[in-house]
Amino acid sequence: MANVHSTAVHAGHAEPNFSTKAIWRTFWILLVITCIELIIGMFIAPHFHSLRIMFNILYIFLTLTKAFYIVAEFMHLRHELKNLIMTIVVPLFLFFWFIGAFLWDGNSYRSLRNHYDPHHKEQSSVKVPETEHGGAAKKPGELE
Amino acid sequence: MATAVPVEQKWWSGGRSPFNVEYGKLMMWYFLMSDAFTFGAFLISYGTIRFSSNGWPDANHVFSSFPVLGSGYPLLFVSLMTFILIMSSVTMVLAVAAGHANDRAGVMKWMVWTIIGGLAFLSCQAWEWTHLYHEGAWWGSNPFTNFDGSKASTNFTNFFFTITGFHGFHVFSGVIINIVMLIMTYNGVFDRRGHYNMIEKAGLYWHFVDLVWVFVFTCFYLF
Repeated sequence: MANVHSTAVHAGHAEPNFSTKAIWRTFWILLVITCIELIIGMFIAPHFHSLRIMFNILYIFLTLTKAFYIVAEFMHLRHELKNLIMTIVVPLFLFFWFIGAFLWDGNSYRSLRNHYDPHHKEQSSVKVPETEHGGAAKKPGELE
Repeated sequence: MATAVPVEQKWWSGGRSPFNVEYGKLMMWYFLMSDAFTFGAFLISYGTIRFSSNGWPDANHVFSSFPVLGSGYPLLFVSLMTFILIMSSVTMVLAVAAGHANDRAGVMKWMVWTIIGGLAFLSCQAWEWTHLYHEGAWWGSNPFTNFDGSKASTNFTNFFFTITGFHGFHVFSGVIINIVMLIMTYNGVFDRRGHYNMIEKAGLYWHFVDLVWVFVFTCFYLF
């Protein structure tokens, strides 16, 4: 738990001490979340291709949780003054707009191209004949 | 939790540090914020291109090799890399904690472990890049097919090598910074200064590298 510390502002460097217990607790949280992600990614998600969107939302949620713990505990941001937290965190909200706008744009480009360029759409569904994808049959150093 | 600033105090009229952190640490935070936008721009452009493509390679097939064991182990190697990086983040924060206690031997011990972790991560990345290169993947060359077996463009490998390369370069810089910090600690620079704030700033950078990896990991290996 966060140490309760006073508002007293010393001239120097009066950050509350890191507690080793909190560090290891954060470590276990990060490790468990990563393991959950991996188990889903390796064993569960490949069997449910139709639910990809749901799994991706889950990954985003888990990733943001990890990011929160790294920034809040390891980088100690959560123990800083609120004004400092705000100057760091608020600009990052721009990412909501960036991600939304750009992914929307990419998606729109794809649908427009598929609509107006049937040849492209046709080509992108042609299967590659030879090797199983990702298999060991790749020729070393094979280019193009 | 952060504490609210009392209203009566004149925080911004000089003679105080309104954020109660030293200048260097504040600037490190702002640098990291700008760096977050750089990485964000990379990952968003990756996402845009992926959304504009009809097909994309399957990470479970591309990243399925492990040294010695061979292929057929999806995501196993990258989990090892992730574990190494999280672990080195823990040793870094333990170094910072030791610095707060002015414990020179403790700082040195944990810095050495952090440097080892960083080097281990870089070695893993070197192995992965070499392995992919021998499979025919490189900038401008993509031997992998899409999920549905159709031919993939080179966008996948271009983004993969650019973004993991940029991240690996950050890890490399972090290792160099940590080595400098270790030498300074060894020479007693921080003891003479009376505080170990430099370790804390190096720590912020190192955790940021870990933070970026969390996102790179999700974007390339899970999605």
